[in-house]
Amino acid sequence: MSTAAAAPGSNYLTNGSSVSSWLLTKDHKRIALLYLLSVTFFFFIGGIFALLIRLELLTPQGDLLQADTYNKVFTMHGQVMVFFFLIPVVPAVLGNFLVPIMIGAKDLAFPRINLLSWYLYIVAGILMLWTLALGGVDTGWTFYTPLSSQFSRTNVVMAAVAVFINGFSSIFTGLNFIVTIHRMRAPGMTWNRLPLFIWAHYATSVIMVLGTPVIAITLLLVGFERMFHLGIFDPALGGDPLLFQHLFWFYSHPAVYIMILPSMGIVSELIACFSRKRIFGYSAVALSSIGIAVIGFLVWAHHMFVAGISLYAALVFSFLTYFVGVPSAIKVFNWTATMYKGAVTLTTPMIYAIGFLGLFTIGGLTGLFLAALGLDVHVTDTYFVVAHFHYVMVGGVVMAYLGGIHFWWPKITGRMYPEFWGKLSAMIGFVGFNLTFFPQFIVGYLGMPRRYWMYAPEFQVWNVLSTAGATVLAVGYLMPLVYLTWSLRYGPVVGDNPWGAVGLEWMTTSPPPTENFLEPPVVTWEAYDYEHIKEVPVAY
Amino acid sequence: MLKYFPLWPDQASNFAGSVDGLYIFLVLVSIAMFVLIGAASITFAVVYRRREGVEATPIEGSTILELIWSVIPFIVFMIIFGWGATIYFDERTPPRDAVEMYAVAKQWMWKFEHPEGQREINELHVPMGRNIKIIMTSQDVIHSLYFPAFRIKQDVLPGRYTTLWFNATQVGEFHLFCAEYCGTQHSNMIGKIVVMQPAEYELWLNGGNNGRTSLVGTGQKLFTELGCSTCHKSDVQGRGPVLAGVFGKQQLLQDGRLVKVDEDYVRESILNPQAKIVSGFQPIMPTFQGQVSEEQLVSLVAYVKSLKAEGQPSNVAQAQPQQVK
Amino acid sequence: MPTSEIAGSHDLALRHQFVNQEQQRDASSMGMWLFLVTEVMFFGGMFTAYLIYRHANPAAFMAGSLALSVEYGAFNTVVLIGSSLTMALAVRCAQLGQRKALVGWLIGTILLGATFLGVKAVEYHEKWENHHVPGPTFNFDTAKEESTKDHPEAQASSKSVEMYFSLYFAMTGMHALHMIIGIGLMSVLTWMSWRGTFGRDYFAPIEYAGLYWHFVDLVWIYLFPLLYLIGRRHTF
Repeated sequence: MSTAAAAPGSNYLTNGSSVSSWLLTKDHKRIALLYLLSVTFFFFIGGIFALLIRLELLTPQGDLLQADTYNKVFTMHGQVMVFFFLIPVVPAVLGNFLVPIMIGAKDLAFPRINLLSWYLYIVAGILMLWTLALGGVDTGWTFYTPLSSQFSRTNVVMAAVAVFINGFSSIFTGLNFIVTIHRMRAPGMTWNRLPLFIWAHYATSVIMVLGTPVIAITLLLVGFERMFHLGIFDPALGGDPLLFQHLFWFYSHPAVYIMILPSMGIVSELIACFSRKRIFGYSAVALSSIGIAVIGFLVWAHHMFVAGISLYAALVFSFLTYFVGVPSAIKVFNWTATMYKGAVTLTTPMIYAIGFLGLFTIGGLTGLFLAALGLDVHVTDTYFVVAHFHYVMVGGVVMAYLGGIHFWWPKITGRMYPEFWGKLSAMIGFVGFNLTFFPQFIVGYLGMPRRYWMYAPEFQVWNVLSTAGATVLAVGYLMPLVYLTWSLRYGPVVGDNPWGAVGLEWMTTSPPPTENFLEPPVVTWEAYDYEHIKEVPVAY
Repeated sequence: MLKYFPLWPDQASNFAGSVDGLYIFLVLVSIAMFVLIGAASITFAVVYRRREGVEATPIEGSTILELIWSVIPFIVFMIIFGWGATIYFDERTPPRDAVEMYAVAKQWMWKFEHPEGQREINELHVPMGRNIKIIMTSQDVIHSLYFPAFRIKQDVLPGRYTTLWFNATQVGEFHLFCAEYCGTQHSNMIGKIVVMQPAEYELWLNGGNNGRTSLVGTGQKLFTELGCSTCHKSDVQGRGPVLAGVFGKQQLLQDGRLVKVDEDYVRESILNPQAKIVSGFQPIMPTFQGQVSEEQLVSLVAYVKSLKAEGQPSNVAQAQPQQVK
Repeated sequence: MPTSEIAGSHDLALRHQFVNQEQQRDASSMGMWLFLVTEVMFFGGMFTAYLIYRHANPAAFMAGSLALSVEYGAFNTVVLIGSSLTMALAVRCAQLGQRKALVGWLIGTILLGATFLGVKAVEYHEKWENHHVPGPTFNFDTAKEESTKDHPEAQASSKSVEMYFSLYFAMTGMHALHMIIGIGLMSVLTWMSWRGTFGRDYFAPIEYAGLYWHFVDLVWIYLFPLLYLIGRRHTF
């Protein structure tokens, strides 16, 4: 508590440079950077697995890896990417950095719990890597019983414990955000004035708090079955393997919204800033986030249309699923409409945002295919599903995340990234992504099941295209790593508000001081008040 | 071109056409939406690009526009929902006259059995133009039987029966995949479904048939061997309920509940006899868990199903729903 | 002994991220309640499993339930309700700044919690000896067990009774784990109270630990009838 007031001219980066000043920091901005490093690490771990998968699938025969190894590779790819990258990436990095600043608070409500979240994440991550070192897990990231509880000979318990611990990291982050957003807004920062990024994080946090405990107990029960023979999902005891799926998807479907909602929040910020306009229909976009979070809890069984649920349950869940489509559609239309009669500049973040719009639209539209019962029977558990959720979870989330990282990079580091390389990598990423995943829709409709190590020869051409695309995509993801690191030292120092953006985060210094503001802010304007901002952008 | 870049699996069942129809409709809707969004965002980005001295026009929003682009998608969604649900309803409702075949899945193999007693592994021969229903269960983990050319798929679960049905419309050999990840050799749990002209199918059925017992016959034999028939007598009341004619009916239980006698109930009654005791009987039947394999169970189920009621004794009549209430 | 001299002033207890005491109180109490919501969801998963399986297999659940000792269960219920009372009194003393009484009630809570766990351990041990613990040694023949042989409505296969016991151990086990965490928490708070950390101005941790303790108590109030009493409804 001694660092209450920072010395003049110092910022959160210069306020202490010892190892412990980082590892024991309670500053949400430093914790965000800790997350940035660790999340990036896991992204590339997961990425290596992705490349191995794509290389194996270059030919129909199983020639590069053993069947067993391949199964472990896609399992670890899924578990690392979902639990250690996609779920934490936006909330824990950008959310952590920005939520308190955007609402005019000095920090999150519980800084020590915030640090604890990061440590839980790290402990879980180490356990995950350890599982990997001990040979990995081969259940698929979905841990379906009874394969996971009785038949797999791999270290399922350890992986489940890793996900369990990581779940608490997520729960505490969500809890911290909800309390902070409720209780710590600056004077004048009413709910109607909150940036949409905050609304999105609020909705995400609600899902984290309500959903994550359910997956925690579910995986614990799988662990109990393996360790203590408590056969709650054991068919021999009259246990229902579908119960596991219900409990699993009760969290894991909303988890998709944990990933995508904060990304939507970023996109709202980017499009408003680079169209220099208030978001079209602010309330609709804000409420649609809440709508998605609430309805998102009522649609989980759409993952189970062929799993053996009753006909009528399937009808209800399909019907409800279309209700999630509506708020998503509203968002997409409103973002597009925001650009109308704006003053649009195609900076790197904006290109990422438009890329997001394209990929998310495809991801969302193909969701309509999967929600349509009769069609889902054919395409579920095929590469069509794989392509669909990669469009939403990777295309959507990573595009928005990279857009956000570029947008707030000068705020986080005080330095600008090279614009040319930024634009180039955004476009390479977009092209590479489509080349990788679009062919998977086609090969999925052809009937290639997911999680196949070998496949029928007629599927090969699309797999070759996909693998080719993956290499392009890898370049698109590696480039930012290089030039952003470069810019830490050589990037031009830009002012506090290089984009001429509105929002409290742009009214403090770059990088911000430890307690975020030199003077406690008082808000007297509406969100995205670009009409009245006088400042002229200088960075581009 | 299509030879090298296939876009379509074969259309070889009654469902293929309708599923593909919905697919094409959705592809068109998607293209329209994508072009709309893409064209609008690119046009706006170009036409309204930032110019010196030109400010953005402040626009708050438009309730009418927002209503339009909520309601129109919603209507389209409901059309898709209805369309998809109709097909699904069909897929989940096997016709009464369907030929019943059985499948038992295990890591990593498909075992099929025809009513005539013909057994196959990883290969299934079916006659064209006939409704085929497959009743499936798994010995271990969850599998999923998938025929891409038929556009049909159903998970296969341990501990219960699930079904799928189709009517093959094209002669030929088509893929049979396991679609639910089931462990190491998941991608090797594949095979083919061979659709034949009905006459050829009859020939094939009789081909290797020297004195093979039908599925029901196997079940009947087992029924006697296991001693089931000592209590479940065929005509008079034994210590257990008479089984003739009960299949497909509602059964009144000791605790007042009504259950439908289906494959799952018969299976459960063999393995866990005390779970659902028929009204008026004592819970004295021993469990056969561990004594009968899934394949034997299948034949017992088929046998119980085949028992037709003749001069029903009173306890079966009592189980008729109309007399319960 | 007055504690206000030890128990710090307003400023000392106000963490830097908050504007004032009121905000700090609001935030921490909201955080605690949200945490309890996550706990509800956590146990909710197991209660869902319980409901589904009991509906599918009522006789087996009745049989398993009859094999439990109502005496132990009822005793433990009383013990836990008592511990909730001592906990409430501890919070009251904290609010009034009565240091010694606070320490006393906290120790009382710990002792009652430990009693509960002790009884639970005896119960688990008996289950082990009777081969009622799921796994290879599990053995439960409803026709032969003392508790169920005269209950025709509680006849079920050994396997489905094993499911009941799986749920019994999972649910009471997770509950016991929460009790152990609670006792750990109480021990730390007792130590802190002894040193005079809390006083009239600052007692939030005691209050929140109290909320947690009452929550764990409440879970048991559900577990007791669902696990122990379902088989006995007609004997009353």
